[in-house]
Amino acid sequence: MAQDLLEEKDKLYLERMNQPLVHGDPSYHEVTRVVSEIVEVRTPKAWYIAIGITGSITLLLKMMIVYLVANGIGVWGNNAPVGWGWDITNFVFWIGIGHAGTLISAILFLFRQRWRTSINRFAEAMTLFAVACAGIYPAFHVGRPWRAYWLFPIPIADHGMWQNFRSPLEWDVFAVSTYATVSALFWFVGLIPDLAILRDRATTKIRKTVYGVLSLGWRSSSEHWKNYEKAYMILAGISTPLVLSVHTIVSFDFAVSIIPGWHTTIFPPYFVAGAIFSGFAMVVTLMVIARWVFKVENFVTMKHLENMNMVMLATGTVVGYAYATEFFIAWYSGNPYEQFAFINRATGPYWWAYWTMVSCNVLSPQVFWFKSMRRSIPVMFVISIIVNIGMWYERFVIIATSLHRDFLPSSWGYFRPTIVDILTFFGTFGLFLTLFLLFLRFLPMIAVQEVKGTIATDKH
Amino acid sequence: MIVQIDPVKQTGKKYWRSLEELSNTSQFRQWVDKEFPSGAGEMLDGNSRRRFLNIMAASMGLAGLTACRRPVEHILPFAKSVEEQIPGVPLHYASVFSLGSKAQGLVVESNDGRPTKIEGNKKHARSLGAASGFAQASVLNVYDPDRSQVVLEAGKKSNWAKFAEFWKSQNLGDGEGVRVLTTANISPTLAGLEEQFLAKYPKARFVEYEAINEDELLAGSELAFKQRVRPVYDMEKARVVVSLDSDFLLHDAAGLDTIRGFARGRKNEHEISRLYAVESNYSTTGAQADHRLRLKPSEVLGFAADLAREMGALPQGLKILGQDGKFGKWVKAVAKDLNEHKGTSVVLAGSRQPAAVHAVAALLNSALGNVGTTVEYVKNDRPAMGESIGKLSAEMGSGAVKTLLVLGGNPAYTAPADSGFASNLSKVGSVIYLGAEADETAKTAKWHLPQSHFLESWGDALVDGIASVQQPLIEPMFETMSAIELLAMMLDKQGKTVELVKAQWKLDDKAWRSALHDGVIESVKPESVKVAADAKAVDAAVVAVKKPMSGFEVGFYPSATTYDGRFGNNGWLQETPEPMTKLVWDNAAIISPKTAEGLKVVQGENISITVAGKTVNVPVMILPGHAENCVSVALGYGRKVVGRVGKDVGVDVYPIRTAAGMGFSTQATVAKGTGTHNLVTTQEHFYQEARPIVREATLAKYHHEKNFATAEDEHIDEYSIYGYHKYDQGNQWGLVFDLNACVGCNACVTACQAENNIPIVGKDQVEKGREMHWIRLDRYFSAEGEHSDDPQVVYQPMGCQHCETAPCESVCPVAATTHSPEGLNDMAYNRCVGTRYCANNCPFKVRRFNYLNWHKDMEESMKMVSNPNVSVRMRGVMEKCTYCVQRIQEKKIQAKVEGRRELRDGEILTACQQTCPAEAITFGNINDPNSAVSKLKKKDLNYGLLKELNLKPRTSYLAKLRNPNPELA
Repeated sequence: MAQDLLEEKDKLYLERMNQPLVHGDPSYHEVTRVVSEIVEVRTPKAWYIAIGITGSITLLLKMMIVYLVANGIGVWGNNAPVGWGWDITNFVFWIGIGHAGTLISAILFLFRQRWRTSINRFAEAMTLFAVACAGIYPAFHVGRPWRAYWLFPIPIADHGMWQNFRSPLEWDVFAVSTYATVSALFWFVGLIPDLAILRDRATTKIRKTVYGVLSLGWRSSSEHWKNYEKAYMILAGISTPLVLSVHTIVSFDFAVSIIPGWHTTIFPPYFVAGAIFSGFAMVVTLMVIARWVFKVENFVTMKHLENMNMVMLATGTVVGYAYATEFFIAWYSGNPYEQFAFINRATGPYWWAYWTMVSCNVLSPQVFWFKSMRRSIPVMFVISIIVNIGMWYERFVIIATSLHRDFLPSSWGYFRPTIVDILTFFGTFGLFLTLFLLFLRFLPMIAVQEVKGTIATDKH
Repeated sequence: MIVQIDPVKQTGKKYWRSLEELSNTSQFRQWVDKEFPSGAGEMLDGNSRRRFLNIMAASMGLAGLTACRRPVEHILPFAKSVEEQIPGVPLHYASVFSLGSKAQGLVVESNDGRPTKIEGNKKHARSLGAASGFAQASVLNVYDPDRSQVVLEAGKKSNWAKFAEFWKSQNLGDGEGVRVLTTANISPTLAGLEEQFLAKYPKARFVEYEAINEDELLAGSELAFKQRVRPVYDMEKARVVVSLDSDFLLHDAAGLDTIRGFARGRKNEHEISRLYAVESNYSTTGAQADHRLRLKPSEVLGFAADLAREMGALPQGLKILGQDGKFGKWVKAVAKDLNEHKGTSVVLAGSRQPAAVHAVAALLNSALGNVGTTVEYVKNDRPAMGESIGKLSAEMGSGAVKTLLVLGGNPAYTAPADSGFASNLSKVGSVIYLGAEADETAKTAKWHLPQSHFLESWGDALVDGIASVQQPLIEPMFETMSAIELLAMMLDKQGKTVELVKAQWKLDDKAWRSALHDGVIESVKPESVKVAADAKAVDAAVVAVKKPMSGFEVGFYPSATTYDGRFGNNGWLQETPEPMTKLVWDNAAIISPKTAEGLKVVQGENISITVAGKTVNVPVMILPGHAENCVSVALGYGRKVVGRVGKDVGVDVYPIRTAAGMGFSTQATVAKGTGTHNLVTTQEHFYQEARPIVREATLAKYHHEKNFATAEDEHIDEYSIYGYHKYDQGNQWGLVFDLNACVGCNACVTACQAENNIPIVGKDQVEKGREMHWIRLDRYFSAEGEHSDDPQVVYQPMGCQHCETAPCESVCPVAATTHSPEGLNDMAYNRCVGTRYCANNCPFKVRRFNYLNWHKDMEESMKMVSNPNVSVRMRGVMEKCTYCVQRIQEKKIQAKVEGRRELRDGEILTACQQTCPAEAITFGNINDPNSAVSKLKKKDLNYGLLKELNLKPRTSYLAKLRNPNPELA
């Protein structure tokens, strides 16, 4: 009987696994055509309108940065005791968003999760653009941004002295720059075969030249494929620890300090889970729009979306568990400062931020326990946005509420963002979306060659 | 441009710089080509017209670029060396600072001829080396760009010659209708000139007026002793101190010696004095009290009288506050305590209180036998100021005053509201106003003459038999004159002002030189007066005063930041937090929580206060511990005609201050007003959250448990993977703050501001939490329960703690903050990129970040006040207390020059330590077991903050002790 049940379960599992990842049974050529044509058609008016809007927002970001550099950090709301406000909140927020891309492309690749093929290009692009947005903050949140390069151990650095390698912020410099470099490389290597397709299909001289140069002479020879697969595998191998390390090290900025609410050992796993959580939420938000606009529902199927929603449910619950653990440890430690920090989070002046965070991150993804919900486009769209709001709040809660009331009550304060804080953050969305629109317009948004591989597996 | 001349073609005498040049080898020519950009020598070719045009065209083109050049700076050496001047080494001169009828001896630091820092004069009995915040901040006024700079005639630019012409053209005759209004005149030289003025114009009159005066104190002494005398206290000897609404640790201090004496009486942990404070507003004195009784201002007399009757100093009579209940218990306990400390107690009365209270205090002191031990009385002949300005104003109103000469003081702003002084000014023929600012009085004056700063002019001061010379440090910055100079001019006196001062004191050259050097004239000695108290007269005065009123009362006190308004344009003071409320850039109506509830107002909401038909709208500041049903307001705010700093700051409460109610008014009507006001404080949370930050115990508990200060510290296992650096070589700097001594007076804050070039940031930036003070005085309430109405207050000075395992250092990514071998937590400003991580990780939150360029709008003249030994920090870098590292270096260099291997203990004084009147700050080498700081650190009261974080701070605190009376427990 038990044996039967097990077999039944196995059968169901196999059936589920054998569901085709690509719908509509397209031919290889069909895949090439559908994906390539998005890039090759005459630029639609809507694209111009869209990039006009996002471009303007990006300009706003630029203006805000110029204003910031001209006047000083005082144009933001940062103060004493809250030395970091929206700047580092937004930095961690964007870095977190980036995580889904690397996870999908590297870890899922190594785990042979074939369903990743339809979304990995998209998610990787998102990673890069999110890291670009994130990078703005550490560079410009320093008091003297023209000296920010002193954080890099460049031999020509003016003072002929080393950086302080005990500082988590210094570790951050290496972690984030490595992450950005490897992600860019990984993304580009994956693009090469598809760029070659675009080159081969190109009709104008400019396209021929540009894609020709970018595809690095790819001729789809076996030798090329062999090297390609090897390179891809190696890069995936390099990227995998990065998924864990980047956010671990970002969390060290807090965990290594002595401030109650920051000084906790749970931060590395907690931050990584949160990052994956927010990253997948962002992929879902963007993917839902993209598959509808570009009519690629056959490649990015409900199965892909559902899988991502399940990842969100899992990571969201991990994050919720982390919230609970923090409170438990604060109580269990018997440390009055630690206890105060957490009670203050939930009931102090920033109670609203804390409860916004909990409801968005812990409660909202619970609807994905229901299959109908996690397969409903409107539901997942709304939840994915709510999750990202919640994850932004999580960073804000960690940074601002821990800093605003620490050891000596005499120096307690409060943080209020200024209009420059708000517009700068708004502007980073402009930059993110502008880069995305450029990506959608000029590069294949779905990994054509990889999807073809998936179809082949489905068929045979 | 360096031009290479071909030595071969050169004619005449030949000069060469090297043998290579002389021989003019090809290698040398190559070297020249490499060294100097090719073409540099072409200018001399001179044969090519085209070339010339080329260059002309290019230079025309480049001419536009010169706009981008840095401005040319000229370095001008002294054509003649200044006496004793060594470039880069500051000089110090003794002088004296007069405020009202008090004077404080000073030593002023001069850097290249600029007075930059004011310190106390050890030889002056009212200073003892300390300087008040006002005295120290007054140096900023020298460079105030909003100062009056030229003579104004009816608001139009004029000059001194024209004024002199005008003065001569007047026909003053015998001085009929001539009145001269001065501030408290404690300068014998000026008094001498006044005499001569009166000799010339016999019918002229001199009037003195100060908004904050000692009228009641002197009137009280007249009542009790039949002579105008002022008490001088020896607080160190006093074991029991009773303050009758006297803020003797701040506003009512005759000098800083009062604070020092009191602090010394509290520092010996085996036997500390006991202080009873009876007051309405929560003063810094109240904060030190072992027992504090909240009474409305008018009820203080009742307490004083009851106390005197209980002790038998006054004949038996009706007890005003009643014999039972809290007051009765208080009166009995205090009386008993005083009787047990005959000759070692002291009773002080506050300047706000009426003469009767002062008389009772005088009576008690003499009944207790304190005269001659803890109190001495010295002659003081200042006239009754409130009365005389009223008379003057009446004369002005009647048109009897033809010429009114006002020598400083801004009376149009500070005169009692019901005197009508400001409006009567228009009825005077010609008003001549000598003032430092174009203020309220200057606006109505026919002639406004710019007044010199005391650091720009010669003068003197004689208070309580202590004489000192006011020595200038700098030529007047603008075309200004002092009161002495003006009177001298009016009397056609020729010669230098210094000669007038010299002549006044009749000193020989040697004595004069030593008076200048010491700042004190040795030959003048204080003389105490014998007094005999008249209990009957005092009793009559007590009975004559009306019984306490049941209605609202409003008390006026001098602002801790603007005094009577004269420092309204002083940024340092405006940004210094008021000691009790921590309010900056404002004054407020201070009321108790219960009174606020009754009035249905919350903090920042305005209340209207009406006295004698005049109403002011003042924002409410709620202060637990304030007496019920009364309001305290600080004078000196809401100036209408003032420079840029003081503009639109606070509310003017002079309109409700009448001649009869200079100290407080019992006739006030208080109601909820209209609108709200944004009050900004530097500290918003006053409860310690039961954290062991300020550690405090009663003397009894301390005797029982000597180590109470550290008993609850967690044991720290001092383990480190790397091992700790051993700071055991050479000098190891450390500092101790004695919480028993600190009275919260803010002198250290101003000292630090002046010494370390600390910028002011303005009200809106303080609100954002961006004030830059390197040292702050944290103030906490303590009481049973969080919201007690009657809490105790403690102060805690807080600056960088210089932790040996500093959390700021390990997190800085560029190593801009590191530890010195001497244990200092150093900041390398030019390495700092400004991540602010260090400030986040500092558990004491003492790091200050330059969020904006605070020096951007600084006027040229204000830059002159900067200390050249401390860098001015640019925006975007972090800063904090350095333990005055520049002073450490200075003394180390000096020791080296003198060939000493070791520094003497106490040789290095941090700026805060040097000026602390309470001697609450001790700095020194903790590696030397015999240094003062090491000895303090060995005391059982010594504790470090947040020990559980294992920071090993170099700054530590001596826990606070209170000495409550068991009978009042």
